[in-house]
Amino acid sequence: MAEVKLFGSWGSPFSRRIEVALKLKGVEYEFIEEDIYNKKSPLLLKYNPVHKKVPVLLHNGKPICESLVILEYIDETWEGPSILPKDPYERAMARFWVKFLDEKCFPAMWQACWSIGEEQEKAKEEATEFLKILEGTLSGKKFFGGDSIGMVDIVANFIAYWFMILQELAGFELLTKEKFPKLNEWMNEYLNCSIIKENLPLKDKLTAVFQARFQAVAAAAAAAAAK
Amino acid sequence: MAEVKLFGNWGSPFSCRIEIALKLKGVEYEFIEEDVYNDNKSPLLLKYNPVHKKIPVLLHNGKPICESVVILEYIDETWEGPSILPKDPYERAMARFWTKFLEEKCFPPMKQASWSTGEEQEKAKEEATELLKILEGTLSGKKFFGGDSIGMVDIVANFIAHWFIILQEITGLELLTHEKFPKLGQWLDDYLSCSIIKETLPPKDKLTASFQARIQAATTSK
Repeated sequence: MAEVKLFGSWGSPFSRRIEVALKLKGVEYEFIEEDIYNKKSPLLLKYNPVHKKVPVLLHNGKPICESLVILEYIDETWEGPSILPKDPYERAMARFWVKFLDEKCFPAMWQACWSIGEEQEKAKEEATEFLKILEGTLSGKKFFGGDSIGMVDIVANFIAYWFMILQELAGFELLTKEKFPKLNEWMNEYLNCSIIKENLPLKDKLTAVFQARFQAVAAAAAAAAAK
Repeated sequence: MAEVKLFGNWGSPFSCRIEIALKLKGVEYEFIEEDVYNDNKSPLLLKYNPVHKKIPVLLHNGKPICESVVILEYIDETWEGPSILPKDPYERAMARFWTKFLEEKCFPPMKQASWSTGEEQEKAKEEATELLKILEGTLSGKKFFGGDSIGMVDIVANFIAHWFIILQEITGLELLTHEKFPKLGQWLDDYLSCSIIKETLPPKDKLTASFQARIQAATTSK
């Protein structure tokens, strides 16, 4: 009997991507909450010895790690709405943009939120350039995936939700309706999809975690400056 | 009529990967040499890869595909012939996992170990060694990462088999040896024996000369 388990974390965008994909395909799964910031379980370390991270999908006892790899596996294994397009060229475009998001956008956007001073200014400039590129790809499309959400939209969850919360907390305005009208429109449509809405971590819970981390970062910076 | 062009560079492992894949599938293509190291990229390259401005770029029927791993998947899905990725979804996931591991984890410290000095180099060497141990483990009972014949992971690992080994010789590093990594050593021998690999890798002396020139330029600029 097919058995699907997902090792994840309530606050992780990477973990949430997998939940969206499984729900899109109508796959029943057992979710195993991992306390990634404090203590990873022996099972997680057994199933992901290389990276020791969530998410890990366990299908019939076999583990698959790395969220993008898992998304492709889910699309190839279960029937239902396609996560990747059917056409090879469109698939290549989806994979290109997914790589761009994970390797370029997120590091810059994450850095823009958590760094300070000159490092932060540089990250903000870089993130802005990347967002402009993304804005351009949305021309004439409701979602990155076309009329319905696809791989790129699923992977861009960080932008629509986590980053918007962080932006507000950090007190800057990188991604605004004025600067990025198409991305803003995309975010509204995206967060309106029931499958997305139902699978996001609670905003106040996430906000509380981020605030605690901001305070810790500020305290560490102050302690370092005092030396 | 199907028309395939590849914007690449003779010395680039990324570009080489695409040539290996196209040859595996028996696809005829026009190779367009880009002068990437002298920052002399052609207007066409910048037009077809405006986001990254890098090679390789595959042009198929006028449509560009960028990023070597994306291109490899495209080639596998578009043309008949020996499979680059396995057929089974779980094996495909494993191949994608190890490809990512090579690209994101292995290559940066291996390059760093080759080009840096002092403490930075020592740190990179340690990191690279740990990662090579993991790779060594995955080869258990297999001739190639792809099994009995080369696949995606082997193609992407071209950097290790050729570029890194040459850099090792030049710099006197002895990170990857047959003694320390017997399975990887055997894989190197088998891999470099494949005719398609042999025919497609850039000539060793040309690459050596190019690396030596870069090392000299780096030393004299200090």
